[in-house]
Amino acid sequence: MALSNDLIKQRLTDKFGDRVTNVEEPYGMLTFEVPKDVNLDVLQFLFDDPELSFQFLTDLTAVHYPAYQGRELAIVYHLHNLVENCRIRFKVFTPIEKPDVFSATKIFEAANWLEREAYDFYGVNFVGHPNLKRIQNVEEMDYFPLRKEYPLEDQTRLDKDDEMFGRGGSLSFDFGNRNEDGSPKTIPESIG
Amino acid sequence: MARPVSYNIKEKPLERDISMAELPDGYQGEGFFAGKMNDFVGLARKNSIWPLPFATKCCGIEFMATMASHYDLARFGSERVGFSPRQCDLLMVIGLISKKMAPVVKQVYLQMAEPRWVMAIGACASSGGIFDTYSVLQGVDQVIPVDVYVPGCPPRPEAILDGFMRIQDIVGKESLRRRNSDHYKKLLESYGIQ
Repeated sequence: MALSNDLIKQRLTDKFGDRVTNVEEPYGMLTFEVPKDVNLDVLQFLFDDPELSFQFLTDLTAVHYPAYQGRELAIVYHLHNLVENCRIRFKVFTPIEKPDVFSATKIFEAANWLEREAYDFYGVNFVGHPNLKRIQNVEEMDYFPLRKEYPLEDQTRLDKDDEMFGRGGSLSFDFGNRNEDGSPKTIPESIG
Repeated sequence: MARPVSYNIKEKPLERDISMAELPDGYQGEGFFAGKMNDFVGLARKNSIWPLPFATKCCGIEFMATMASHYDLARFGSERVGFSPRQCDLLMVIGLISKKMAPVVKQVYLQMAEPRWVMAIGACASSGGIFDTYSVLQGVDQVIPVDVYVPGCPPRPEAILDGFMRIQDIVGKESLRRRNSDHYKKLLESYGIQ
């Protein structure tokens, strides 16, 4: 293959030095992390360079990691080189108190709606986006649903209770796999 | 099991080879038949329902199968499905309605002329189905009054036809004054519809 992961890594470290971190290759796809203030520089570099030419933004999503302090929201860009059929992924982390990330709409038109979706579900504020408002949820919604602190289920239901889902309740079914004190039985005990 | 489960087991034996419709009660003589207005209007309405299929998701495929030749819905009188609420009697909500779509369904319902009936087909339209999430309306009966619910994920075409036949029962037996009655007005007010 003409465009190998090593070549891309070499070019990135030549240009950006040690700002490119956490380089790994899960399932053969090169993945790296950059600080959030250079994300547009990296995108522009990967777009313009005639050898790399990653000119197709396949996906732009966000992930919420509540365990990472100061780096809670990750914005993930998936880029594709159509000529060489090579894909890379890069991530940008931002703290949740001030989730400002530069918008990639000037470079990729596709980023317009993808960033609106990331804003809608995670609250990432894309600086420079022409029309940053909710795209899939109801406009009046006042929270960001896919953040980990909010539950998935609709809270207005009255009939779904713990007993129906096997989470205890008044009429729990005895599956025969727990001792009296609630600790789980090991396999020889429950058979013998 | 914690809760008793009831199964729908009905054995209907075949009475005759040709099924005949029942004549309504009335007094007949040579060249005339006098009966209740309710019966005749109900008979006419129930055998010529024009449905509006509001199909949003997978249950729409089962509805397409119901309209196709094998499980023909046209033999029940609904040959003409319309997509204009102004001309239709039965709003069939087929598939999941999200919270963003709920005002649209309500608007379509409001544009229908009386008498109108609503059938919620599928688990998602009846109660939200397996999608108990922040963005899914847990049953279309939170925004519009529903007459018949057809459970299933998706319901088989036979189940949709059974639901349609129950709608026909409701239409045939409905009182002509029901739409002006207090009971109906209270029902609509509880949904915020004037």
